[in-house]
Amino acid sequence: MRYLPLTDHDRKEMMETIGIRTIEELFKDVPDKALLKKPVDLPVGQSEIEVEAHLKHLAGKNLSPSTAPCFLGAGIYRHHIPAAVDYLIQRGEFLTSYTPYQPEVSQGTLQSLFEFQTQVALLTGMEVANASMYDGATACAEATLMAGRVTKRKKFILSGGLHPHYRDVTETMARFLGAETITPDPDINGQEDLLSRVDDETACVVVQNPSFFGNLQDFNALADHCHSQGALLVAVVTEIVSLGAITAPGDMGADIVAAEGQSLGNAMSFGGPTVGLLAARNEYVRQLPGRLSGQTVDADNRRGFALTLSTREQHIRREKATSNICTNSGLCALAFTIHLTMLGEEGFTKLAYLNHANAVVLADQIDSLKHAEVLNTNFFNEFTVRLSKPADGVVNALVEKGILAGIPVSRLYPSLSETENLMLVAVTETNTKQDFNAFIDHLKRALA
Amino acid sequence: MSEIKFSKDHEWILIEGNTGTVGISNYAQEQLGDVVFVELPEAGKALTKGAEAAVVESVKAASEVYTPVGGTVTEANAALSDDPSKVNSDPMGDGWFFKISITDTSELDDLLDEAAYETYVKELD
Amino acid sequence: MNNQTATITGHRGLDHNEPLIFELDTPGQSGVDLPAPPDVNSRMGSHARNKPVGLPGISEPRVVRHYHRLSRMNYSIDGGFYPLGSCTMKYNPRINEKLARLPGLGDLHPLQPEKTVQGALELMHSCADWLMTLTGMPGIALSPGAGAQGELVGLMAIRSALEARGNPRKLVLVPESAHGTNPASAHACGYAVRSIPDDERGRVDFEAFQNALDEDVAALMLTNPSTCGLFENDIIRIADALHEAGAFFYCDGANFNAMVGRVRPGDLGIDTMHLNLHKTFSTPHGGGGPGSGPVVFSEALMPFAPLPAIEIKDGQFQLIEHIQDSGDSPFGRVKGFHGQFGMFVRAVAYMLSLGSDGLRQVSSDAVLNANYLLSQLDDVLHLPFEGPCMHEVLFDDRSLKDTGVTTLDIAKALLDEGFHPMTIYFPLVVHGAMLMEPTETESKKTLDSYIKALRGLIEQSHAGQSEKMHNAPQLTPRRRLDETAAARHPILRWNPKTEKTAE
Repeated sequence: MRYLPLTDHDRKEMMETIGIRTIEELFKDVPDKALLKKPVDLPVGQSEIEVEAHLKHLAGKNLSPSTAPCFLGAGIYRHHIPAAVDYLIQRGEFLTSYTPYQPEVSQGTLQSLFEFQTQVALLTGMEVANASMYDGATACAEATLMAGRVTKRKKFILSGGLHPHYRDVTETMARFLGAETITPDPDINGQEDLLSRVDDETACVVVQNPSFFGNLQDFNALADHCHSQGALLVAVVTEIVSLGAITAPGDMGADIVAAEGQSLGNAMSFGGPTVGLLAARNEYVRQLPGRLSGQTVDADNRRGFALTLSTREQHIRREKATSNICTNSGLCALAFTIHLTMLGEEGFTKLAYLNHANAVVLADQIDSLKHAEVLNTNFFNEFTVRLSKPADGVVNALVEKGILAGIPVSRLYPSLSETENLMLVAVTETNTKQDFNAFIDHLKRALA
Repeated sequence: MSEIKFSKDHEWILIEGNTGTVGISNYAQEQLGDVVFVELPEAGKALTKGAEAAVVESVKAASEVYTPVGGTVTEANAALSDDPSKVNSDPMGDGWFFKISITDTSELDDLLDEAAYETYVKELD
Repeated sequence: MNNQTATITGHRGLDHNEPLIFELDTPGQSGVDLPAPPDVNSRMGSHARNKPVGLPGISEPRVVRHYHRLSRMNYSIDGGFYPLGSCTMKYNPRINEKLARLPGLGDLHPLQPEKTVQGALELMHSCADWLMTLTGMPGIALSPGAGAQGELVGLMAIRSALEARGNPRKLVLVPESAHGTNPASAHACGYAVRSIPDDERGRVDFEAFQNALDEDVAALMLTNPSTCGLFENDIIRIADALHEAGAFFYCDGANFNAMVGRVRPGDLGIDTMHLNLHKTFSTPHGGGGPGSGPVVFSEALMPFAPLPAIEIKDGQFQLIEHIQDSGDSPFGRVKGFHGQFGMFVRAVAYMLSLGSDGLRQVSSDAVLNANYLLSQLDDVLHLPFEGPCMHEVLFDDRSLKDTGVTTLDIAKALLDEGFHPMTIYFPLVVHGAMLMEPTETESKKTLDSYIKALRGLIEQSHAGQSEKMHNAPQLTPRRRLDETAAARHPILRWNPKTEKTAE
């Protein structure tokens, strides 16, 4: 057993030192009927050779987006991660370190988090950001609870353009705290009226930009109206690369921004782990959940960093904490910050534009087909296509040809007839001309 | 004629007629360590005796501060938001938390006078 | 600075003073090359960004150097012994990292058609199977993002079950020794917290528990072994009392390393328990996550488990993502997509590597190592509760009385000795707590080295060397940081307008 350094000789010696004859003596407090006398009924331990073979076998049963033209989005995106990112996050000092509770030996983590917090604030146009949440959906939920604490109100209005998972997670969390969520119909065309729903009982309105359906919107007027009613505007971003090309939520009057950072630094990994981003105005910093890395000096007056404002958190405030969150998404946040650091201003804005340009190429090609229509006027790198047949069947037909063509909206909105023929298509810098040709060719045939 | 009294939770109240100024004792600030933040009640807030009035935070702890007497908050010490360290350096003076207009002065009767409080604190250690 | 040779650069040998990325900005530079975009008309309209983001530009070699240098300022399990109580800092096997990155596992999109991800669903199902077998529980939700979220899920299922009976009740019993996430999770579930004391044995006071158990109590949240490192002897009695009162039993599974392969919590009468894959099941801590907190359920609570679920139908694995497709009453969804799949891969690789025999040896060695520490330190450190302990041992600071040296000072002095300190000041039930969990992946030699260092520091404390302890650490990348200033005047981001601070 390669992970167990104790030898039988060690064990014997240690037991003698302790003054016991059998290991069972150390388990004397366990009720006898609950103490298993032999190993549970599971396979015995295996070598790396066997474990690897088994997992490769499981991997082989899946269609890998690395080898297939992939146009899947809906909150998780296939992007190119520069090779250096994965090597750096696998350095043992990053991979196998703990939460930086002893700052003197954790400056690597603390400084990179400080840089991460700054980057998130810059991207979103906000003043302060935390050191990550589990994912975008829980960040969204926590943002509404935060708005509830700030405004002392219990009603959250969730746009019909919000990702259904984000809507569901927010609704679940709110319900257990006795808060009310208002969930208008899906906003396929980006024309919903949220303004008239805001009143003096509203804690916040949650909007997503680009929306779940790919629409781009300006929220200045909505933000102003919310503020006039004493409510906050929460903006959600599921494709963080979009912020390299479109107006930041902070520049549209958002008070809190909740986002998914997976697109930078993090493989899709079947949807987890990813990294939630949470940013806000300075005046709300004490209501922010999660960890915060703060700048300070050490006893030699050298600049250093430490976790701070910890009295917001569960280990000190317990039931009065801003959240129960403890472990967050440290290594994924590190991957995010390394990737974004490599891109820099030039690279990030270029990457965003490239995503958009590729998406326009495909959208134009789709629009020129019979039986398919792109619904969005404006979009970033994802749009909604209306097909002449149920999207589910079309997607399956293209999968048979080895193409991951898009996501049927019915996968996330199963009960709505008006979404049956709709398909979400995402395009990134990883899609090539050959991908587009294959997509169009096979889509034509599937729709004929 | 002003008078100072203490609660067993280490709050002090300086009584001048029907107004009380409330803060935390020297013992309390010593136990807390460096104060980093104080959350104060808003003027106009009505409090009953023993209710949570404020929260005082150090790096590693947050403690509730309870009002020793019922009434309405008239003023909170705005200086503490810029300089919470006053709670440590001058807990009985500049480090005051809030002023309260006292509804029922008989609620002061069960508080300790200075000498009694000092005895009480000695016994805690 | 003591015993520091001044250098011209401020660097010291292999230890480099590394600025912030914002201080390394070369405008226009990038570490990533990209192909030229196709020539198109923009479809972003008036929503296109009209001002810069403000990110620094740095070449790839300089970025790599930056993070390389930062990493060298971190202590890690790879670097040394990390005896943090209740964190289970065991070795993170590298084969797990390799397998999590396999094409066909690490690169899957969560919303690919089900038939294209049967291997992934099979892996999740297998993970669920192993965890249910090890815990002896019939139901599971894999989705929670970490332990704290797992706690919340367990409580949400309990509340849902009680609501289905007509009365959610009002409060949750939480021992005073509990981890802070417990009361925080109770609050997030809409429950008030009633604290129950420990007794002089370091376990829940059974009489106090019984007195606190009334018809307003929805559940007890109990960590077993307790946060004092001790097995709750009364646990079956506690379970019975809860069930008789119509309440449920939530078990905090953070300390499962003491029991894995040897005790099944299901046999102890629990209703739900979260597991920390980043503790017991070796997935890496990553400087603060990601974790993964699957939750197991009893028969009574299974119907309420959150979405998604995995089922097998006609030999095919299916994801149940919507309430209408579930035959049960899931209380909702707590996370986007399907859970921390990358951590399932690692945990499955770990469980396959160890197997049922290896996992049983894990708890044996973990408990043996902790008791070895106990036996080698209990003459110089005060043991508040009689042993034997389980996988971790708790001391308090009574033996340091009158030395002027605190638990904090000892922890900082250990840093200079090359060790990450134990958990300090938790649990709150003893004064100046020192909670040590060696784990099973440490050798006797390492334990002896730690014991020697700790004994030496305690001796120095008694020999009047408190000054040295107060000044520790001296040899780490930074000395003690001014956390008061950090909290009084929070600087939470770099700002171009801020003055350059002292280096």
